[in-house]
Amino acid sequence: MNNVETLIPAVGVITDVRIDTPDIKTFRVVTTDGKKAFDHRPGQCAMLSIPGVGEAMFSITSSPTNTEYMEFSIKKCGCVTEWLHQAEVGQQITIRGPYGNPFPVDDVFVGKNLLFIAGGVGLAPLRSVINYCRHYRDRYGDIDIVYGSRSKADLLDYKEIIDEWATDAGVNVHLTIDNAQPDWDGHVGFVPNYVKELGFDTNKTAILCGPPIMIKFTLEGLISLGFDKTQVYTTLELRMKCGVGKCGRCNVGAKYVCKDGPVFRCDELEELPNEY
Amino acid sequence: MRKCSLNSINSVFAEIAKAATLYLPVDGKDGSAVYTKWEEGKVWSNALNTVRSPKDFFFPQTENLMAFKTAGKNIEIIDTRSESEDFVIFGVRACDVKSFEILDRVFLSEPVDTFYAARRAHGVIVSVACTKPSETCFCGTFGINPAEPAGDISAWKTETEVFFRANTEKGVALLSKIEGLTEECTDEAVDAQKEKISAIMKKLPLKDVTTDAFGGGKTMDYFNSPAWDELSQSCLGCGTCTFVCPTCQCYDIKDFNTGKGVIRYRCWDSCMYSEFTRMAHGNNRLSQKERFRQRFMHKLVYYPENNDGLFSCVGCGRCLAKCPISMNIVKVMKKIGGENK
Amino acid sequence: MQTITRDQLIEKAVSLLADGTVSCVLGWQKGEFDYDVTPVLFKNADELKANFVWNDFCGANFSKYLVTKAEKATGKVLVFLKPCDTYSFNQLLTEHRFNREKVYAVGIPCEGMVDVAKVKAICGDGIVSIDCGEKLSVTTLYGDEPTVIDAKDVLAERCINCKSKKHVAYDELLGEEGEVIASDRFDEVAKLEAMTPDERFAFWQGELSRCIRCNACRDACPACTCEKCVFDNPKSGVENKSPANSFEEKMFHIIRAFHVAGRCTDCGECSRVCPQNIPLHLLNRKFIKDINCFYGEYQAGAEVGSRAPLVDYTTDDLEPGEVFDRRDNNA
Repeated sequence: MNNVETLIPAVGVITDVRIDTPDIKTFRVVTTDGKKAFDHRPGQCAMLSIPGVGEAMFSITSSPTNTEYMEFSIKKCGCVTEWLHQAEVGQQITIRGPYGNPFPVDDVFVGKNLLFIAGGVGLAPLRSVINYCRHYRDRYGDIDIVYGSRSKADLLDYKEIIDEWATDAGVNVHLTIDNAQPDWDGHVGFVPNYVKELGFDTNKTAILCGPPIMIKFTLEGLISLGFDKTQVYTTLELRMKCGVGKCGRCNVGAKYVCKDGPVFRCDELEELPNEY
Repeated sequence: MRKCSLNSINSVFAEIAKAATLYLPVDGKDGSAVYTKWEEGKVWSNALNTVRSPKDFFFPQTENLMAFKTAGKNIEIIDTRSESEDFVIFGVRACDVKSFEILDRVFLSEPVDTFYAARRAHGVIVSVACTKPSETCFCGTFGINPAEPAGDISAWKTETEVFFRANTEKGVALLSKIEGLTEECTDEAVDAQKEKISAIMKKLPLKDVTTDAFGGGKTMDYFNSPAWDELSQSCLGCGTCTFVCPTCQCYDIKDFNTGKGVIRYRCWDSCMYSEFTRMAHGNNRLSQKERFRQRFMHKLVYYPENNDGLFSCVGCGRCLAKCPISMNIVKVMKKIGGENK
Repeated sequence: MQTITRDQLIEKAVSLLADGTVSCVLGWQKGEFDYDVTPVLFKNADELKANFVWNDFCGANFSKYLVTKAEKATGKVLVFLKPCDTYSFNQLLTEHRFNREKVYAVGIPCEGMVDVAKVKAICGDGIVSIDCGEKLSVTTLYGDEPTVIDAKDVLAERCINCKSKKHVAYDELLGEEGEVIASDRFDEVAKLEAMTPDERFAFWQGELSRCIRCNACRDACPACTCEKCVFDNPKSGVENKSPANSFEEKMFHIIRAFHVAGRCTDCGECSRVCPQNIPLHLLNRKFIKDINCFYGEYQAGAEVGSRAPLVDYTTDDLEPGEVFDRRDNNA
């Protein structure tokens, strides 16, 4: 090969498969010589593929501070993800990246109080940011994490949240599930309402990720609490093929989500036509 | 300026073909011109242009990116790329030459698409001026002069002669190869032809189509225009406009199981297709109106916003001639732009 | 030249709008040039008077639009149908693809539609205007005088081989009732049948290798009304926007021809819309010819609810082996 071609991936190996929820598994991936495939920043994505099945974009859920491997938390919902869910340790896949812009963890977020809000598998891209910020804990102010899912079993990274995040100094975890269940004594209700109930002070930078409907209502909730859109960041997901702003699929307005996103500040989204 | 007689053009082709593969428009069985590999007996078409644009040469309809061999849990990636060979595309019209610049801005911007770049580096473009533009032509709208086509070499064809002028190093090199078959000449005949063409340009029915209303930063001016409903109402959702368009460059990457292994290939794709933006959990453009709007907004607003005001249309008129329902960018520009001037 | 005038059609449409019979009119809208017309839903008399057009270039078959337009319309949709369009209309009704109650069909006579490519072959490029009078009078940028052409000399292929001037469906008919006519439409098929298999393969290879897979044939085809085409379904394994190899490019058209076999009315839209001028109608006509030969004359869409031979088992059906035996006798 004469040039480094972005469309040509490297071979990766799945070294660990963790069953997180009934429909989400977390895959640990390294190169064939056991190393991390490439460096990335929190919020960036990678293209994973299985030859003959297809290629798809996934957010990298492990923190860049992990120099040994990358992790991907993947919900079973389409051709590629269904195939991955059947994969065992040792299975090779292909990997290329990193793609997109990261969250501004090294400038805008520094010195800020951070409020992470996630719904369902929406925690996957935020986990990278949360663990990065926990690693460099003294650079940031208070960290609040609001996370909700359908049921207790559907909470992603539950063990890590309880054992590690909730025990950190200055990190407050607020969990919620949609419907009450016997072994749950925490909050019950949807994330947008819970955010309003918690009534956060506006001296925070909010980072949102979840299903479109959750993002919409949570953003409205934050604004009703007095937040400005410039204080809120989110990450978008659209169909992608190339990952480098050429194939045209993730084009919305003059932006390409893969290249100009996937991380956007919510006031930037206002300038885009509403088709994301 | 150099020239040869039209009668001797085949010996010029033969000479060029000695050094590189030569493609030129040749009339097909159905009467329309197709870029064809030149060999003895192939005749340069008199048609104004080809149905399929020459974007094929740099961004082919289908190309293999790589192959995979899988065994058990293991994957091997096989580089299937072959070294590009030098080739010459002869007889490219001014509009299509401009389309290469529009494609370049996509494929040669960082990160460079090396598949495209390799072919671009190996290709030499010989353009030719248009003496008889069609009623569907509106290249002038985009500042393109069909009498002064760009390219490595510009050519002008008269009733009896063909004139050549090299514009680039590649062009000079190619022209030197046919030096023995051409002779030095003045600009007189070419200048006369340019004047004739300029007079015709003033008579073209679409000469007043203007881009004034369009450009970067106008997304919200037009995105919610009610006119999209009307314009898109009978769109069939086929990909004809996209695939005959010299500047449409969206692509898909797909895997094909040959039975002996998997080929990953790239092919043209169309934002007009319902599948284009469909994800496992939903589709952000559900109606044909949204898909139709995307195509034209991209050409008239989004692309210029990202590319210094350059529009992603060259006025070649292919979509005007080929849309099954005769809906096209001219009608869109008149309707959407006309209402918002 | 058409025997019925634009004014007559507008008058009919306006009166049906005025008395409330219909709420909108599916008609042809004039374009940039005299030959480019777009199917449009007209909402009122003003729109009709300003933009409705009826001339020798109104080839588009409206029947398929009824699948989507009739559903959405608040009242009835007025549709103008040329004789050949009425066959597609009936076939779609047979397949329950639109609600007959929501449509008011006006049959209009047709003297054949002109292929503008044939006009250009005679007059050259740069058409400024085409006057569709007794004869076509074509003015170009490059000729001093208009060229006068007999429309008969530049008819679309499907109109040269017109199979019927008879309307098989309508609520109201304008002009005279026509007849089903004997056409030579199977002559081209017979020529293909007369070829050796290698010649025939080379013929189709040459034609289908030009396909750019734009799907215009499928999307314009009144028989292709599947909610989700197998070629758009990623899980079908054949969803491809482009041929991965030379086998695939043929497969698309052959599968499509099989799928519409017995349902294709031979309206010719596939060949009309093909940007690459591939004679796709010949694939369908081969099926029609074979069906006629094996099961007796059958015209899809001739009436609503007919049992097409390929989906109708009778004890008189010929044995599969007979098809093989007859392979050298024109089939």
